[in-house]
Amino acid sequence: MSDTKKFVYINRKAPYGTVYALESLEVVLIGAAFEQEVQLVFVDDGVYQLTKGQDTDGIGMKNFSKTYSALGDYDVNQIYVDEQSLKDRGLTMDDLQELTYEDEDDDWAEKSSMKLVNREQLADLISDADVLLNF
Amino acid sequence: MKFAIQINEGPFTHQAADTAYQFTKAALANGHEIFRVFFYHDGVNNGTMYGVPPIDDRNVQQMWSELAEEHDLDLVVCVAAAQRRGIMDEDESKRHGKGAANIAPKFRISGLGQLIEAGIQADRLLVFGD
Repeated sequence: MSDTKKFVYINRKAPYGTVYALESLEVVLIGAAFEQEVQLVFVDDGVYQLTKGQDTDGIGMKNFSKTYSALGDYDVNQIYVDEQSLKDRGLTMDDLQELTYEDEDDDWAEKSSMKLVNREQLADLISDADVLLNF
Repeated sequence: MKFAIQINEGPFTHQAADTAYQFTKAALANGHEIFRVFFYHDGVNNGTMYGVPPIDDRNVQQMWSELAEEHDLDLVVCVAAAQRRGIMDEDESKRHGKGAANIAPKFRISGLGQLIEAGIQADRLLVFGD
């Protein structure tokens, strides 16, 4: 097996209430230095991690939502959002932050990192993974 | 096969660390290799030497230390997760001005890179916990 593997991070939980979202992001950022293929999936309450306008003042938690916008700079630009999870929560892509990256193969044009996927596509993503990390 | 193990929950509240332990033991008994056991989230609490469960209960932390002693396992506690939860070795304890270390025998503290490396090097990375 080659030294490059496909790491798929499945983010399933709301950003606050448990530490999983924050500590998942920490793994993703550290892992980015290892030059592996990286895909992020947001599913179930995990879609809330990407919502715009998070304000944590009232709960005394650190608002780490701005960190997601740095992912593009770490070459983490394959971000998949489960369509059904959004729908179940009355959300659309418009409710989410727009995460982008600069495409070095296309004169550093700014492109969206985000893709809406259905359950079938999600299943394919998961079965194609070499390393699957659930948070 | 070469396995890497990730444990995301502490001892006792969840069974995850017990299940991971039983799996690791069975894998070793069947001739498999355990590349590393990585403790993350509340899983770092498996690495405290100060747990004293009732005498008729299992001591999850001690089970890991003993298994590691027997098989020379690499038990790694994530440093960022450990600092949040107060798991420290001598160096960390001194650096943060704390009175004492509490990391259990055969555990060591290192970074998340160790988890990624385990994912790369192992044939399978198994995750235990929520």
